[in-house]
Amino acid sequence: MIVTRHESLRIQDEDEIVKIRQQARRWAADLGFSLVDQTKMVTAASEIARNTVVYGGGGTVDIEMVQAGDRQGLRLSFVDAGPGISDVELALRDGYTTGSGLGLGLGGARRLVNDFEIDSRPGQGTRVVITRWK
Amino acid sequence: MDAKQKALADLIAENPNTLRAAWMRELAIDVKRTNLMGEAELQGQCQEFLMRLEHAIRHGELEDIGAPSWTPVRDYLTEVSQRRANLGFSPADTATFVFSLKKPLFMYLQERSGNDSMLVEQIWQTTALLDRLGLYVMEVYQKSREEIIARQQDEMLELSTPVVKLWDGILALPLIGTLDSNRTQVVMETLLQRIVDTNSEVAIIDITGVPTVDTLVAQHLIKTVSAAKLMGVECVVSGIRPQIAQTIVHLGVGLGDIVTKGNLAGAFEYALRRVGMTTTPIRSES
Ligand SMILES: Nc1ncnc2c1ncn2[C@@H]1O[C@H](COP(=O)(O)OP(=O)(O)OP(=O)(O)O)[C@@H](O)[C@H]1O
Ligand SMILES: [Mg+2]
Repeated sequence: MIVTRHESLRIQDEDEIVKIRQQARRWAADLGFSLVDQTKMVTAASEIARNTVVYGGGGTVDIEMVQAGDRQGLRLSFVDAGPGISDVELALRDGYTTGSGLGLGLGGARRLVNDFEIDSRPGQGTRVVITRWK
Repeated sequence: MDAKQKALADLIAENPNTLRAAWMRELAIDVKRTNLMGEAELQGQCQEFLMRLEHAIRHGELEDIGAPSWTPVRDYLTEVSQRRANLGFSPADTATFVFSLKKPLFMYLQERSGNDSMLVEQIWQTTALLDRLGLYVMEVYQKSREEIIARQQDEMLELSTPVVKLWDGILALPLIGTLDSNRTQVVMETLLQRIVDTNSEVAIIDITGVPTVDTLVAQHLIKTVSAAKLMGVECVVSGIRPQIAQTIVHLGVGLGDIVTKGNLAGAFEYALRRVGMTTTPIRSES
């Protein structure tokens, strides 16, 4: 898999979540994603970005256009150095929240993209990578 | 403190008034829009700054204006910059407050110094110091401008949440643009308040203009609808576009028993029926 375009953004607050949504939408449109696919990717990005801010205490995202064979996709890698998640399976379960949310963000994001990876250890922070292929 | 530094502090301490007057003459030449601030205020600023500057030079390091001994100077420059940002001074005119002190100071240094090599070094020290302070002013000024812009955005945010009365008992809230959590909060509170004020029975929330509905927006919607319901008011959500509908389904958000309509017209018709009205075409007379 090769990366054809790359950009890193900070995620510290609500404004930056908005910026990431806008950037994800722009890149998805550049890749020729359908309106439905754009919206799915942008919404997934919004969920993970908000978790990064709310639970991870802020972090960064790498936005990448990737190519694998003749497939093109958009990959977003979110990293924070927050408290991490002790039980990832539980966190992914619909309705599970330790905050005041609906508890649908993680599981929902996983359903909205093609590839979903999460790597988190307590005390080590959290890394979530989502990819949607065209 | 070295001798040069002490000499500089002494120079300011011994000539506060003449120095201030010379500085104000420079400011009058360099600053383009002098009418923005009164003479008395400017004089007060110059005086206060010179006092704090003298103290900091005497008790601190010239190379490190971030050190605690420079806090009074930094604080005062912050105040000066914020004031100027509020009055509408340009960044250049704001920085000039500091830079225009160079010439009067150098003239004094020259007058006093018998020793040329010391003079050159002193001038170098002083100019470097004033540049640092000037840049600090620019930084604070920029921040103040950004704060003003943010405040204006907040004000616009309230303006851009129009709750309109469509009919007796029927309110509509057309949502347009990005719903971050601040804005959603304001929007929803405005709606609930207007429901109370107008004694309405049905409220239409139209989200045609909302590009992204994530769990947070959905949660706010659900909360608002529930709150309205407790007040005896039914909410109708309209304008859920196909791509949003599909996304919401994947997210797993259940809109439960919330009434949804494809567009605002459909929602309005529904609302009219709820308040006991129907729409019929007018029979043509001719
Ligand atoms: N980056 C993170 N760091 C630490 N904990 C996290 C992180 N992301 C998610 N979590 C944990 O996983 C839980 C579930 O996350 P999820 O996004 O599904 O729900 P939520 O954020 O609580 O609510 P919603 O996303 O529906 O508004 C969170 O409540 C939190 O405890
Ligand atoms: Mg979440």
